[in-house]
Amino acid sequence: MKKKFSLKGITSSRETSLVIVVILLCILVQLRNSAFLTPGMMENLFKNYAVTMIMALGMMCVLLIGGIDIAVGSTLGFSGMCASLFLRDHPGMPVIAIFLISIVIGTVCGTLIGLVISYGKVPPIIATLGGMYVFRGLAYLVAKNEWVAAYQFTDGYKDFAQSKYLGFGLLNNLIVLTIVIYVLFFIFFKWTTVGRKIYAVGSNAEAAEVSGIKIKQVKIMCYAILGFLTGLCGAIYTSLYASAQGDMGTGLEMDVIAACVVGGVSLNGGRGSVVGVFLGALTMAIVGRALPLIGVSQFWQTAIKGLIIIAAVILNVLTQRVMDKNNLKGREM
Amino acid sequence: MKKKLVSVMLCAAMAMTLLAGCGGSPSDSDSAAGGDANAPSQGEDSTSGGDKEQADASADDADQNGSDQATGTGGKSCAILVKSAGNPYNKKMIEGFQEIMDAEGVTCVVKEPEEASAEAQIKMINELVAQGISSIAIAGNDPDALQPALEEAMNQGIKVCCMDSSVNADSRQLFVNQAGIEIIGETLMEAVYDITGGEGQWAILSATSQATNQNAWIDAMKTVMEDEKYSKLELVEVAYGDDEYQKSVDQTQALLANYPDLKVICAPTTVGIMAAAKVLKDEQTDVKLTGLGLPSEMADYIGTDDAHSCPYMYLWNPIDIGRLTAYVSLALVDGSITGAEGENFTAGDLGDYTIEAAADGGTEVVLGPPFAFTPDNIEEWKNVY
Repeated sequence: MKKKFSLKGITSSRETSLVIVVILLCILVQLRNSAFLTPGMMENLFKNYAVTMIMALGMMCVLLIGGIDIAVGSTLGFSGMCASLFLRDHPGMPVIAIFLISIVIGTVCGTLIGLVISYGKVPPIIATLGGMYVFRGLAYLVAKNEWVAAYQFTDGYKDFAQSKYLGFGLLNNLIVLTIVIYVLFFIFFKWTTVGRKIYAVGSNAEAAEVSGIKIKQVKIMCYAILGFLTGLCGAIYTSLYASAQGDMGTGLEMDVIAACVVGGVSLNGGRGSVVGVFLGALTMAIVGRALPLIGVSQFWQTAIKGLIIIAAVILNVLTQRVMDKNNLKGREM
Repeated sequence: MKKKLVSVMLCAAMAMTLLAGCGGSPSDSDSAAGGDANAPSQGEDSTSGGDKEQADASADDADQNGSDQATGTGGKSCAILVKSAGNPYNKKMIEGFQEIMDAEGVTCVVKEPEEASAEAQIKMINELVAQGISSIAIAGNDPDALQPALEEAMNQGIKVCCMDSSVNADSRQLFVNQAGIEIIGETLMEAVYDITGGEGQWAILSATSQATNQNAWIDAMKTVMEDEKYSKLELVEVAYGDDEYQKSVDQTQALLANYPDLKVICAPTTVGIMAAAKVLKDEQTDVKLTGLGLPSEMADYIGTDDAHSCPYMYLWNPIDIGRLTAYVSLALVDGSITGAEGENFTAGDLGDYTIEAAADGGTEVVLGPPFAFTPDNIEEWKNVY
């Protein structure tokens, strides 16, 4: 009974520190520019950062098992480019088919990386570094150095990111998609055996293996999940911006990893929650969105972004430490 | 055992890829040669001598063929080194360059760095120098960082010119300027004046705050704006989207939120104008857009009615830049020009050009005024580039 209570306390207090960061940021920005907390601005925020938010969930899977994936930006570029080229050459295809193509390609990329890491015994950062170059190169290759322009996309595809039919006319499609995926992952990590296995592998791989978990399969699955979500985001990205370039998504991996880290996901594995990742990604989105609004010089904006990330992580680590201490106290007593 | 098997297979796979890589280029040049024999009317591909090896557009092939050519026969070979791979604008520039080189029967070496950095370009310049190339035409990723490498090239007798984005005056013999900075400033200011109706707020959405050409154009616009005619126009902000799509979108939306009375956004950068056009379309605002953009990317947004945010915009023809650069390279190599002010040369169908003094102390040739893309001609141009 007591244990259950303290666990609840942990999760609530870890995320509370992030909620405070988010609220503080919002207030500060709102004070400087009253246009920030308006429905239109919020819709834009969630719409434009749906990609970062969804990919952060996949990155969390990988980080939970102690891995990392810096190839996601390239995977997004490659899958999105393939899907866009296909749409350009077959304008009659339904939107869902284009999304499926992108998702399949993303999943294959992710699975390949997972295979290389678990069976090739290559450290994740090296394997994905390689993947980063390979997939980026492939994106250039399939596109033959060209862009897919707005007029080459079908209206249905471009409208997907702007209309609200999935949200029954209330919410933008991308926002609905983000919410659904977050809810699914919340359930997945909280209440399914597979979800708990991921945590087990991340916290203590040997113990997990002894207890009968097939570590290699779990690892491959995690990279495949990230690939799946990245593929989905490839389609979202091209639909949202109505344009596909070979270099799209460059540097995105850093934003995604930063979102996870700010959200309290440990780079050593085993630690992190869906709610935390959501708040972390939201912080990143607010920072990216709000900095142009507050009227500081362009040159400061990048530096401020970095400072906010560091401050958020320090705050998170401090709360974590206090909580660990309290936990140990509880054990002694 | 298992490990051995895996490593053997890996080795085999690597050997296969190597073979595949080698196999690719001869077959490419075969097809190019075949094209010559079968269709001599194809002006772009045909060369005067059948023995000349065709350099393919792909960087790798061009690299291999170029090195064979340069070291093998000692014939003329001209190189073009663009800012980065994966950009259709650069590709069109290469196309124009290659077209003239092929027509003149000169080996064309194409270099496209994977990333748009000065370091990558320095490496490629050194490679070209080692190959004993006749000339290098470069679009600089940095005005100053390339100086040692390019000076070394010039000391070796290699002719160096630059196009699109200039390197500093000491690093080059001649700059092929896509359009004079003043002309662009005047043209864009005139467009802003025309679209706003002569008064109101407007903003600039640029690339990075360090971009050489964007900053020069913005400065030129500011100079033009000092004229009494533009006194009712108020430039509210210069925002920087860093030529990243997402960041440009954020910046555009911030401009809309911060300045409710904004009338026009002027984006002198291809990525910026595209992102701004998308935002203006989705937000369905009355704010209008102009600037410099690729016709294919902007085709969807150009129109005079309310549904289209961009009434017209400008750009030069990258194919013509490539062509003019090719003529400049050839003239430098055969010694008919040295890059000194006042010299004249003829650039095929493009006409006659005179070398002028450039603002940075070097010399340049100016291609001409930027070309306007309007609702009337965009359908034709969107398929070109």
